[in-house]
Amino acid sequence: MTQADAALKARSGPRLRGFNWREYVVYIGFVVVFLFFAVTQGANGFLTTTNLTNIVIQTAPITVMAVGLVFVLSAGEIDLSIGSVVALSALIAAVTLRATDNMLYGAAAGLGAGALVGLVNGLFVTLVRLPSFLVTLATMGAVAGLAREVTGLQSVPVANDAFLSLFGQGDVFGIPGLVVWSIAAVVVGYVVLRQTRYGAHTLAVGDNIGAARVSGIKVARVKIMVLMGSAMCAALAGLLYAGRLQGARYTLGEADLMTVIAAVIVGGTSLFGGKGSIVGALLGSLLMGMLNNGLILAGLSVSQQMMARGAIILIAVSLSLREKRS
Amino acid sequence: MSTVIEESVPGAGPGAGGVPLQLSNIRKQFGGVVAIERFDLELRAGEIVALVGDNGAGKSTLVKIISGVYQPSEGELRMHGRPVSFRDASDARRQGVEVVYQDLALVDSQPVYMNMFLGRELTRGPLRLLDRRRMARETQELVDRLDVRIPSAKATIRELSGGQRQAVAICRATHWASSLVLMDEPTAALGVAETAKVEELIMRLRERGAAVLVVSHNLDQVFRIADRVTVLRRGRHIGTRDIAATTRNEIVSMITGA
Repeated sequence: MTQADAALKARSGPRLRGFNWREYVVYIGFVVVFLFFAVTQGANGFLTTTNLTNIVIQTAPITVMAVGLVFVLSAGEIDLSIGSVVALSALIAAVTLRATDNMLYGAAAGLGAGALVGLVNGLFVTLVRLPSFLVTLATMGAVAGLAREVTGLQSVPVANDAFLSLFGQGDVFGIPGLVVWSIAAVVVGYVVLRQTRYGAHTLAVGDNIGAARVSGIKVARVKIMVLMGSAMCAALAGLLYAGRLQGARYTLGEADLMTVIAAVIVGGTSLFGGKGSIVGALLGSLLMGMLNNGLILAGLSVSQQMMARGAIILIAVSLSLREKRS
Repeated sequence: MSTVIEESVPGAGPGAGGVPLQLSNIRKQFGGVVAIERFDLELRAGEIVALVGDNGAGKSTLVKIISGVYQPSEGELRMHGRPVSFRDASDARRQGVEVVYQDLALVDSQPVYMNMFLGRELTRGPLRLLDRRRMARETQELVDRLDVRIPSAKATIRELSGGQRQAVAICRATHWASSLVLMDEPTAALGVAETAKVEELIMRLRERGAAVLVVSHNLDQVFRIADRVTVLRRGRHIGTRDIAATTRNEIVSMITGA
């Protein structure tokens, strides 16, 4: 151990000062909500393995989208088009599968559609220099329209066994495929954000864009990449929906945007850029899934669920968003 | 001062090669407005030159020309005798111009070592993952060598005081500078004690053989640390003086034109 190593170790102590509990809101919230439903809905089957596994399975598309959105928010941008991309990707994949019955073509078409939407978003943000809020608000509408147009509001069944097995109903050593997809997205997202130059550059762009620029970071490229990444995550989520539901419909992903944003923010990612947490996003997504599940078990009607979910999200986000702004 | 020679950077000897930066006949015009007319300056290895002038005299414009943000309308930049031109700030940096910006250009949520390597992060292995350990260690070594008092190389920038942040920015420039460091008002936002620390750091940079150009508003500071001082007034280059051979009054009248 060199002297510098020793010095590093000796001086790491003070960092622990000032425990910032807001960063742990997601963990606290997760435990509180879990315990709440365990006590009140335990008798309704909340705690059964089947139900808990179901929560994770049903949350998979949200988790995958949340991973993508962490990068976008970390870079100081936002992507509102992800919900629409889910439907577009699922429908294009379904139509392609119907025409070719080839799993690879279907998956590639869906992901390709996502990549294209992300590229359009990225180019408008970097070349035309519009705020991503406006660009993705516009593409959200346009893509939703396109998804309706593709099949003329018809839903399309998916019958390709390889596709259904890979993206929905298969399993790996007994672990449901959708759980594996969630884990894979989280692991890849974590490594890329924390352990690659691209991740570091993404955080730098969101934190201090001027500093990033003079440090030779290719700011425009980072912005295009995060928007393409998020759109492709949404496209993958679309494939997962199509796989699980054995078909695609233009309503897929309709309500997911708010859920994903809430999951990511509650998970400790800054809405103002520079700070992102993949693990937090996973827990935030599971928290949202748990809420969904618990409220259904509690016997709330759909409209009551919507109100309750909105209120809970508002509370959770207020608790985690009160950042110290110096 | 014998260590000065030993530690001096390559090309720091006599002759044109020993001039890290030479500006001749620099002129900058924005539309019909002349921001700088005819600026000449030679920056030698191991010296600190202060650039002074009133608000709007053209100091920032000049700094931006040297750091690659602006391209001069006319005139020539030479580094170590070779003519150079910069496409943008990161191009200038690649060619050896390190800048300490007034607003520091630090990433607040990241640790000191990530800032030290911002844009030039070290990686390891076939997957090119960040080598955080090595970056932290090298940063700690540098920080210790320059005697900068920060809690740790792993401390987040947000936890540091203004002076500590400035020290980090200067450390970074020191680490990467091959021969030339530009500083835009490095102590403008600092208290007395912190200013003294930062000035010490700047002088240590000179001992290592770097050429340092400091923009400053503070004449006391200029007379404390600089070897020469050059004056701009409304875009005109009034002149350059050796600190040893000039007085505050002379510099003040050069600045104000009185």
